[in-house]
Amino acid sequence: MTLLEPDDPATSSGYADHPERMGFFTDTSVCIGCKACEVACKEWNHVPEDLLGFTGMSFDNTAGLGANTWRHVAFVEQPRRLGRQESGLVAADLPAGTVEAARDRTPASLGLPSHDGATGSASDMEFRWLMASDVCKHCTHAACLDVCPTGSLFRTEFGTVVVQEDICNGCGYCVPACPYGVIAKREDDGRVWKCTLCYDRLTVGQEPACAKSCPTDSIQFGELGELRERAARRVEQLHEAGVESARLYGHDPGDGVGGTGAFFLLLDEPEVYGLPPDPVVTTRDLPAMWRHVAVAATALLTVAAAVTWGSRT
Amino acid sequence: MNAHDSSQTDVRLDDSPELRPEREATVGSAGRRRRPQRGERLMVPDAEFRSYYGRPVLQETPWQAPDIAGYLFLGGLAGASSVLAATAELSGRPRLARACKTGALCALGGSLYALIHDLGRPQRFLYMLRTFKVTSPMSVGTWILTAYGPQAGLAAATAVTGLFPRLGRAATMGAGLTGGAVATYTAALVANTAVPAWHDGHRELPYLFAGSAAASAGGLGMLAAPLAEAGPARRLALAGAVAEYAAAKRMERRMGPVAEPLKRGPGGLLLRLGTGLSLSGAAAGILLGRRDRRAAVAAGAALLAGAICTRFGIFHAGLDSSRDPAYTVEPQRARLSHPSQAPS
Repeated sequence: MTLLEPDDPATSSGYADHPERMGFFTDTSVCIGCKACEVACKEWNHVPEDLLGFTGMSFDNTAGLGANTWRHVAFVEQPRRLGRQESGLVAADLPAGTVEAARDRTPASLGLPSHDGATGSASDMEFRWLMASDVCKHCTHAACLDVCPTGSLFRTEFGTVVVQEDICNGCGYCVPACPYGVIAKREDDGRVWKCTLCYDRLTVGQEPACAKSCPTDSIQFGELGELRERAARRVEQLHEAGVESARLYGHDPGDGVGGTGAFFLLLDEPEVYGLPPDPVVTTRDLPAMWRHVAVAATALLTVAAAVTWGSRT
Repeated sequence: MNAHDSSQTDVRLDDSPELRPEREATVGSAGRRRRPQRGERLMVPDAEFRSYYGRPVLQETPWQAPDIAGYLFLGGLAGASSVLAATAELSGRPRLARACKTGALCALGGSLYALIHDLGRPQRFLYMLRTFKVTSPMSVGTWILTAYGPQAGLAAATAVTGLFPRLGRAATMGAGLTGGAVATYTAALVANTAVPAWHDGHRELPYLFAGSAAASAGGLGMLAAPLAEAGPARRLALAGAVAEYAAAKRMERRMGPVAEPLKRGPGGLLLRLGTGLSLSGAAAGILLGRRDRRAAVAAGAALLAGAICTRFGIFHAGLDSSRDPAYTVEPQRARLSHPSQAPS
């Protein structure tokens, strides 16, 4: 298909000689939800203030990616535990006298409310927090880039996707085109904004602000090929450690967007984190759309001619 | 797990060494997902669908309804009117041709106003001409309008003033040929997004839009041209309304659960209203509009109103489908579980 580029987006965008494709590997299994990435991104890129309030969504008051949020830490609370996770809910060492005293007593229900309406049990207390720092995926086949009518969105030599703000005229077409809901229009400004993968820092050999600030290396920046190998090893390691739910998201060049430049290690289904389970670049179906448009336009001309001259006979 | 643990009790004794403290037992209840507000019940069994606090996966499309839904109508009206103007001119119906040309120019003016007004930076509208991209229906549409607009303008100006008749005829033919593209490319414009109800309808939307555009142009012809010349307008309106209805039905059937926003809510209401107005306007035009001028005017007005409702209905149904994560997640989930049944 001519509309889609191969796995090396920089070459197919016309860079004859370019650096390796750069990206993020966000390993959510070591995210501690500190939001240093959100803060560092805002500081470095001068991103304006967003929502200041309470969403009621766990510790997530950022709510989601948008024009003024280019890194977003999701918080998911689940009544289950990680594989071989120690919940920390262990009985303390009690004085022998107390243990002795309790031994003969028979517990009785007082009818108190408990979790989930069921009677309390130790298994109810199995609990885990999923935290994940979301970001623009920098797709291999980027719908926002494909549909941009002004050429404001462009592919960099690092294979990332960046908006040129002096070109964007705020048509907003990229916003519904993005299958991840990343890019958005800044209301008071009229133009669209999103993560640039710190294009300015990359060009001088620096890593992006979010990765630089991540205290647990949950956000890892580097050459995409190397990150993919590292991620595969990490999933293996987690599976061996009993974390069966670990899986990669966006690493596969065979997926609907040709693989993403920013991919993730998740501990549950993508939709739990607000990510689409099987995103497809919308322009994959565009050849079919143009064919149907051509047939419909021809039909309109034909029918108009038919209703004009057809009845004369 | 020893025998002591398996006998669970309602009440913990704080001093029992065998049991763990219950201090975190209710925390998880805060993290349960909030129900999506629309459509969730019919989409999937409750237990399967999960989302991030019911928040949409997609961003809200930043297009204003009066501008962009209005443009879908006006662009369709302009394009199809130019097509009808060309056939009317060639078949010797000057007054129908003139009415259609004037109508097309007015609709084109409204279209350009709406398109520029909806930009975040309207003063940069000419940046659309920096590039041509076949992957962007908006870019293709810009160039279609650039080719169509001057010809439509020239056709209308020469028809009204009577000057340069041969130039006017050439412009009329040019506008008629490009008018077909103007009336239909907007289907690719909205379908080429991740908005579920728009994208999943990409096979039928071009026919639906062509039908709706034809019906509105027929309505305009009935309204503005004398009865004796409006025959093609009446027949075009009927063909358009029927095509629109058939395409909409086929689209709803094929889209499955994602078609729900097309059937209920503001989008569904507008679409039902649009279909009703278009079909009844077209029928009234054919049956009564041949002899009765007032019936022709009423039928034409109903057809125009029906086309407006249809375009606004499609617009709102798309926005609704993007606000509910179920319409984004569920079809993708189904595709992953049954790869063989995935559409091509």
